[in-house]
Amino acid sequence: MKVVEKIEKKQVAEFYRQMLLIRRFEEKAAEMYMRGKIRGFLHLYIGEEAIAVGAISVLKPEDYIVTHYRDHGHAIARGMDPKVIMAELFGKATGSSKGKGGSMHLFDASKNFLGGYAIVGAQLPIAVGLALASRQLQNGRVVLCFFGEGAVNEGEFHESMNLASLWKLPIVFFLENNLYGMGTHIDNTHAGGRDVYKAVGDYNMASHRVDGMDVMAVHEATLEAVDGVRSGEGPFFLEALTYRFRGHSMADPINYRDKAEEAEWRRKDPIDSLKRWALEEGVLTKNYVETIEEGVEKELQAAVEFADQSPDPPLDSLMQDVYA
Amino acid sequence: MAEMTYREAISKGLREALETDERVFLMGEDIGAYGGAYAVTRGFLKEFGPRRIKDTPISESVVVGAGIGAAMAGLKPVVELMTINFSLLAMDQIVNNAAKLRYMSGGQLKVPLIIRTVTGGGAQLAATHSQSLEGWYASVPGLKVAVPSTPYDALGLLRAAFEDENPILFAEHALLYGLRGDVPAERYTVPLGQADIKRFGKDVTLVAYSRMTHVALRAAEELAREGVEAEVVDLRTLRPLDKERIIQSVKKTSRCLVIEETWRTGGFGAEVASMIQEEAFDYLDGPVARLGGADAPMPYSRSLEMAAIPDEKKIIRTLKEVVGI
Ligand SMILES: Cc1ncc(C[n+]2csc(CCOP(=O)(O)OP(=O)(O)O)c2C)c(N)n1
Repeated sequence: MKVVEKIEKKQVAEFYRQMLLIRRFEEKAAEMYMRGKIRGFLHLYIGEEAIAVGAISVLKPEDYIVTHYRDHGHAIARGMDPKVIMAELFGKATGSSKGKGGSMHLFDASKNFLGGYAIVGAQLPIAVGLALASRQLQNGRVVLCFFGEGAVNEGEFHESMNLASLWKLPIVFFLENNLYGMGTHIDNTHAGGRDVYKAVGDYNMASHRVDGMDVMAVHEATLEAVDGVRSGEGPFFLEALTYRFRGHSMADPINYRDKAEEAEWRRKDPIDSLKRWALEEGVLTKNYVETIEEGVEKELQAAVEFADQSPDPPLDSLMQDVYA
Repeated sequence: MAEMTYREAISKGLREALETDERVFLMGEDIGAYGGAYAVTRGFLKEFGPRRIKDTPISESVVVGAGIGAAMAGLKPVVELMTINFSLLAMDQIVNNAAKLRYMSGGQLKVPLIIRTVTGGGAQLAATHSQSLEGWYASVPGLKVAVPSTPYDALGLLRAAFEDENPILFAEHALLYGLRGDVPAERYTVPLGQADIKRFGKDVTLVAYSRMTHVALRAAEELAREGVEAEVVDLRTLRPLDKERIIQSVKKTSRCLVIEETWRTGGFGAEVASMIQEEAFDYLDGPVARLGGADAPMPYSRSLEMAAIPDEKKIIRTLKEVVGI
């Protein structure tokens, strides 16, 4: 664990609670998928929780977040209610998008969580626009934009890096590099090598790499990045090295990865690491950790019950909200 | 009443919006220092400054995406795509983001974005630069598509677009910018979704939009000399589509030809023709005829290009052959 000065116990406890909530939420979701309660694509974030939690903890409520389809973690870290997310996954009327978005398209406008985007790279131009609005309106808002390393090879990535930097827009571009885009390793897709964060040098953008399995390190790096961005220095590019413990989606048999590699990354489990560190250092007591764990289980139990008992969307909602 | 060109009418609509609504800003390739590829925004940069008039890199996707993001954040952006041909590089943002964000968010978001662009052929710009793709966009729920044919309609529709809260593709025809027409001094709007009868007649209905409206009108004048009175319905917007006005006209004339500039196969005209036969079949005296552009990439050579685009002669020939006039 990165030793971060001035971090409060309360914050550490909250990191643990959120990461665990995400992990257990997704384990539940996977279970519900196997039971046929959830259909379509379900992309799990398991293994990557430290990034969403560490980074989003830095934002103010008025700041914006956009992300990709692997979005449950970001949504929960932003404080979206697990109940309405689970209900959305179940396709129910009480879901965050009234059952019209599903797992890949979570939104909570009240929290400025402006979406999961299921077309690789499509959220990057949106981030540029949100930051442009912040600039035009002089309201000091920062945009945090998450994406995977697969998006780096899309044209939109380069268009967005260039324009954001040219106009010095307040965005933190946050690359979650989990080494694989579906089943294809980064070595087979990216000519620039493994140091992806250096790819933005040509756009005159500052960048930095951080250990994506360490919530404290992510928090600290994002804090610095957001400070600079908010003060008008232009966009900042952060790359976190991470690993998704599960397949790309529930449909993925994961036959392209080395078992030893998987085991090595699992040893870096961000939730276990934080818990071990917090207990060893006496930051959190065993009792307190257990209380958190019980709270998370209760909350998720309630979320699943809520989703299960909620009604399907009424059929006449089919044509609603096509237009404003 | 003042006479002005199509170009001036659009400039006027943009200028009014910039003057009256702080949320409005324009961005696109060469709209500032250069004044716009079709000179619609000439002088704007000086008048409104770089905060409101933004020259962008040649990056269609991020420009449209940034328009969507800014619109979601409460602004009213006007994004200019130099021509509709280049919209293909932004198609994902238009079709997957602009059109769907409201629906996918369960009504939480709004995307009040205007995408101005230039459509149409006829200037010998060959296959990549002469397309009329607005019909494709018109098939996407969540989008609105405006296709003005006159200065009056251009200004009225643009004002309506500024009042609307949805993403709108506003397709101006490249060959119409110099067209002159009367525009009232007092403020008016042309509601999105209201077709216009540009010429009244009892014998046959010609449905068209954008530049083809004028071609249809000229054909109608020629037909009049032969004693046939054609009614010309100008759609003005493809989505929403004013079905009622089309059907009313067809019920009156019992004969119909649908004209469009682009490829006939899968063209928007097919949608209109099919709608007519569903809703006015019993009133028809013959098949609903269609006339579209040649099913070939647009050729460069003048004679070939003219052969590829509908004109008065082709309209009259089709009426005689298919409609029996
Ligand atoms: C434009 C586009 N192409 C392909 C896909 C299919 N697809 C979905 S996710 C994915 C891999 C993306 O990998 P990465 O960006 O590294 O993110 P990760 O899934 O690893 O989090 C692909 C190919 C898509 N959704 N969008």
